[in-house]
Amino acid sequence: MSSVADDLHHDEHHDHKPAGIMRWLLTTNHKDIGTLYLWFAFIMFLVGGAMAMVIRAELFQPGLQIVEPNFFNQMTTVHGLIMVFGAVMPAFTGLANWMVPLMIGAPDMALPRMNNWSFWILPGAFLILLASLFLEGGGPNFGWTFYAPLSTTYSNDSTALFVFSVHIMGISSIMGAINVIVTIFNMRAPGMTWMKMPMFVWTWLITAFLLIAVMPVLAGAVTMVLTDKYFGTSFFDAAGGGDPVLFQHIFWFFGHPEVYIMILPAFGIISHIVPTFSRKKLFGYSSMVYATASIALLSFIVWAHHMFTTGMPLFAEMFFMFATMLISVPTGVKVFNWVATMWRGSISYEMPMMFALAFIVLFTIGGFSGLMLAITPVDFQYHDTYFVVAHFHYVLVTGAVFSIMAAVYYWLPKWCGKMYDQTLAQWHFWCSLISVNLLFFPMHFVGLAGMPRRIPDYALQFADFNKWISIGGFAFGLSQLIFLALIIKASRKIGEPATAQVWDGAEGLEWEVPSPAPYHTFETPPEVK
Amino acid sequence: MSEQQYEKYYVPAQSAWPIVGAVALFLIAVGAGNFVVESTRGKEGFGGWILTAGLLVLLVMLVGWFRDQIEESMAGKYSAQLGRSYRQGMSWFIFSEVMFFAAFFGALFYTRMIAVPWLAGESNNAMTNAVLWPGFEAIWPLTTTPDGTTTQAMGWMGLPLINTAILLISSVTAHFAHVALEEGKRGRLKLFLGITIVLGLIFLFLQVEEYVHAYRDLGLTLTSGVYGNTFFLLTGFHGLHVTLGTLMLIIMFFRVLKGHFNKENQFAFQATSWYWHFVDVVWVILFVFVYIL
Ligand code: HEM
Ligand SMILES: [Cu+2]
Repeated sequence: MSSVADDLHHDEHHDHKPAGIMRWLLTTNHKDIGTLYLWFAFIMFLVGGAMAMVIRAELFQPGLQIVEPNFFNQMTTVHGLIMVFGAVMPAFTGLANWMVPLMIGAPDMALPRMNNWSFWILPGAFLILLASLFLEGGGPNFGWTFYAPLSTTYSNDSTALFVFSVHIMGISSIMGAINVIVTIFNMRAPGMTWMKMPMFVWTWLITAFLLIAVMPVLAGAVTMVLTDKYFGTSFFDAAGGGDPVLFQHIFWFFGHPEVYIMILPAFGIISHIVPTFSRKKLFGYSSMVYATASIALLSFIVWAHHMFTTGMPLFAEMFFMFATMLISVPTGVKVFNWVATMWRGSISYEMPMMFALAFIVLFTIGGFSGLMLAITPVDFQYHDTYFVVAHFHYVLVTGAVFSIMAAVYYWLPKWCGKMYDQTLAQWHFWCSLISVNLLFFPMHFVGLAGMPRRIPDYALQFADFNKWISIGGFAFGLSQLIFLALIIKASRKIGEPATAQVWDGAEGLEWEVPSPAPYHTFETPPEVK
Repeated sequence: MSEQQYEKYYVPAQSAWPIVGAVALFLIAVGAGNFVVESTRGKEGFGGWILTAGLLVLLVMLVGWFRDQIEESMAGKYSAQLGRSYRQGMSWFIFSEVMFFAAFFGALFYTRMIAVPWLAGESNNAMTNAVLWPGFEAIWPLTTTPDGTTTQAMGWMGLPLINTAILLISSVTAHFAHVALEEGKRGRLKLFLGITIVLGLIFLFLQVEEYVHAYRDLGLTLTSGVYGNTFFLLTGFHGLHVTLGTLMLIIMFFRVLKGHFNKENQFAFQATSWYWHFVDVVWVILFVFVYIL
């Protein structure tokens, strides 16, 4: 490159970082954008959490007391949408933005302006979704899975807004994923060969591939819902030759890979934390990579395990049952690798490790209930009960969300340059751990006994369990305010200063830059040995 | 740190266009969400205006963003590595488009191979047919729906066949234009690019003709059951992509007239031609599964 051009970006980059709101609105810096994603995700986590509190308040006692059934349905729907698309996915994208360039020794994301765009369209999408709750007739009330005909024939007119806001979420995810893939393919420092890549980078690479493959399918699904509802098509209406079951096939073709989109980056995070605090190398690195890839591939051929009761030929039921069970093999490989990494390590129990340990145990419980659900004949009993709710909250809350919390504890000192407050961290961890199990474990029992999901009332025999579930829910919600306080404290730069390496067992390029990481890092690529 | 010299990655400076684009998408979503309801339910409202405003802002954003991008590229700021990033980004974008079409092709295959036969009693659905839709028969194209709506099918001879030929030829001319660019033959480049654009426009014109024919003569509409649904959504989204591709080609044409692009610096041109080949491939698949079979 010419020296003139070199000087040009010398001027643009080393000196200023614009102040005030404009810095955040215009930023093309991967660390700024990562921070924006993470804060956005946290705010959405609290908003979605508030809706969960409404749900649990209504279910505290049998009978209808606090909210109208229609509003209850809107709460379950928007809670699910916000947690999936507004909290978990943006949090992982934020982590990718912050950490992937640091881990591979790149100066920034490959496409920085598109990076800004993909973040800033998200708040608008969620504003629309939330605002639709205040419309006449209310917001979306058909569940986050928006099954037809609930979302077509029987939905209210907020559906159009719902469709377009989902389109924007999809566009945002696709652009974010393209950015991650291209960064990883094209911007690794010299010497960072594929099989030297940190696990978080590997898992995100595969996640990004899944995102680009299935978000467009979701776009297709909402488009067909829109035309069915407003323009007289009958994709999901038997009268015109369509089929509501078609909706479920399209949705779950997106939906199952989507759940892996929410868990693969978590696997990556845990694969960093466990070795660091066991002071050993990750056991079976290459098997981790292959396991991640096979999970991703298999995730395309299991979608109909969500539809065992909706009507499929026997052969299809069998196929999807066995394919689903097959996925637990690579998942098991991962769990065994983590355990083997800890074996005879000199383990210390800092907060990231505590969350990682909780993840390993509790995510595995969720995996086992998944296996139970995968057995077609018994799923006839479990489907659409609280057992399913217990399953996916174990994998998503004590899985995905716990991994995000572990990641925040792990990298916060790198981001802010200060250690987090140890006392608050202990309170946050133990309160969360106890309450989350009080919240989700009894759901297995009421589910097995037949309590249906998504219904604002229940039979009297479930009353005791539900009371405890609700208490657990409120406690878990409140515990997250401790986390909020802890993060605010660290980002206000209160606390003990962190060293560059932060954790004595930590390895990787991200620990070679100072803490807090300077605004621009690796402007000349480091050499990886 | 290495002693070796590595090219620095050009990290683009801040730009206001993404945030303008975010405003645009917000307005478009709000506008479209309201406009759809207002226009189909006969309500009053501002949806259409908000949508128009959003589209205008988007247009401004696209013009501004691309102008900056072109200026920077012409100023020689971009490194080869950044060029690779753009190319890879474009390839993955096209892959996402493939998956978008896959959803609609999936719907076509499912209704055709499964939903319609089941409604006619196949598999274990004898009672579905006997009780719910007595007399319904599975045929494809589905000219009589279970509730008795009738339509005529669109044949593949005539317009669709001509359109297939047009698009296939345009793919070839686009390729020739690219070869000419590589060889630095500007005259041939302009000629073949021009022909490609004209072919794209003819295709779009004929596609409109075909829709008029479908609505007026065949009674084939968006509301005539899954045959019409899959027909119009697949050809409609394809048509939108051709429109977009043609616009991109036209922009490339003007840039070529201004002397842009050469063997080394031609990302935008290449991306456009990839996109054009992609819409062609989609059409071929579409022609086979929507029209012929
Ligand atoms: C061993 C691995 C897993 C197996 C065998 C499995 C199996 C299943 C099955 C069979 C269902 C359908 C239950 C029903 O509706 O009757 C289900 C639901 C669900 N799973 Fe899993 N799963 C696994 C892992 C995961 C992971 C890792 C996640 C997310 C991080 C996840 C998220 C979900 C969600 C969100 C639902 C419910 C969707 C809904 O109906 O709203 N699962 N799972
Ligand atoms: Cu699944």
